[in-house]
Amino acid sequence: MSANTLLETRNLTCIRNDRRLFGGLELVLEAGQMLVVEGPNGCGKTSLLRILTGLRLADEGEVRWRGETIEKLAGDYYEEIAYVGHHDGVKRELSCLENLRLARAMGIPSALELDDVLEQVNLYVYGETEAGSLSAGQRRRLALARLLATRSILWILDEPFTSLDKASMAMFTGLFVAHIEAGGMIVMTSHHDIPLDHERIRRLDLGAKA
Amino acid sequence: MNVQRLSLWQAFVFLLRRDLLLALRNRAEYAMPLLFFVVVITLFPLALGALPELLARIAPGIVWVAALLAAMLSLESIFRSDFDDGSLEQILLSAHPVAVLVLAKVCAHWLVTGLPLLLVAPLLAEMLGMPSAAQPMLLLTILLGTPILSLIGAIGVALTVGLRKGGIILSLLVLPLYVPVLIFAASAIENAAMGLDVTPQIYMLLAFLFLSISLSPWATAAALRMSAG
Repeated sequence: MSANTLLETRNLTCIRNDRRLFGGLELVLEAGQMLVVEGPNGCGKTSLLRILTGLRLADEGEVRWRGETIEKLAGDYYEEIAYVGHHDGVKRELSCLENLRLARAMGIPSALELDDVLEQVNLYVYGETEAGSLSAGQRRRLALARLLATRSILWILDEPFTSLDKASMAMFTGLFVAHIEAGGMIVMTSHHDIPLDHERIRRLDLGAKA
Repeated sequence: MNVQRLSLWQAFVFLLRRDLLLALRNRAEYAMPLLFFVVVITLFPLALGALPELLARIAPGIVWVAALLAAMLSLESIFRSDFDDGSLEQILLSAHPVAVLVLAKVCAHWLVTGLPLLLVAPLLAEMLGMPSAAQPMLLLTILLGTPILSLIGAIGVALTVGLRKGGIILSLLVLPLYVPVLIFAASAIENAAMGLDVTPQIYMLLAFLFLSISLSPWATAAALRMSAG
């Protein structure tokens, strides 16, 4: 294990509906690396990501962050990660700015002003608009804007590109690359071909592991 | 520029204010339990006919059963929408202790659903002809009792929020736990009406209240983790 290793899993096993989705999974991720989890539907991509966040318990094995199990770290782990799952986690009754303020209150705020965050994801003019009246793609952009509004090292993203148009996909791909080049880490799943060929990007095919 | 993590207290207040703001923007949904409470109590005099003594006699029970049912009606709203839109995951993944955030949500729920009962109760007590000696005691039991209902209910909702048809299980799970509150509250009011000592009942309600404040947030947080997984 190199000194840069932040996230590692040991003998991770996930069983769902009496079916073994993956077993004995050993992952090591260093600062500045991105892991793209691939595989067909139902192969356990989302389950793996939820196990990495601690939302779901592994049936066997453990997830370690900086050498400690995440159960033990709890809040200390959560202040270093950000998760965007299938659900946007956006409150429809609140405006875009209110949603981001909430995200900041729950984690550690980044140095960016919220207006700048909205500007970056092209939602600047919607700051005071209720999130419920945004389109699905715009809400997805707002969910991903949480990544910029809070300061976290590890981003765990489940299908981040769902409902995004091509321009937004390119924009977020750029943000992801910038994040890992700045020493951050990303674990993500995606059915979209990520137009990226970066030496720091690794791929894990869960379908082949089963 | 603020790059510090909020203090625990600030996070608590932030989430409390968010839930109150959400309630304000969903007024109709939150007015329902209060309306239910008033309507159910109003139906009793109509159904029982012109028997003021009987009505005054059973008034404590009526008000408290109505309060229990009104609380049941509103419980799901503590976590349902957060579960459905994924906000709950974000709360569970917060850097702050989940139990404290849960307590903020339960406080908001009580302010929105429990406190209004307290405000309309004097009017309803008068309508039922409750003896004036018993009326302050009614308010005191509601003040002490309704937070217990929210706190216990939160555990039940946290356990059932992941189920598709959790509503029925929720009532089976939670209503039995409400029974002690019902018994001691109604008995306190009755004693007060007869001019008897009420300290034992009030102490019991206080004990339930402090027990549920100290235990329910932890149990609720653990149950939410199970439901979210």
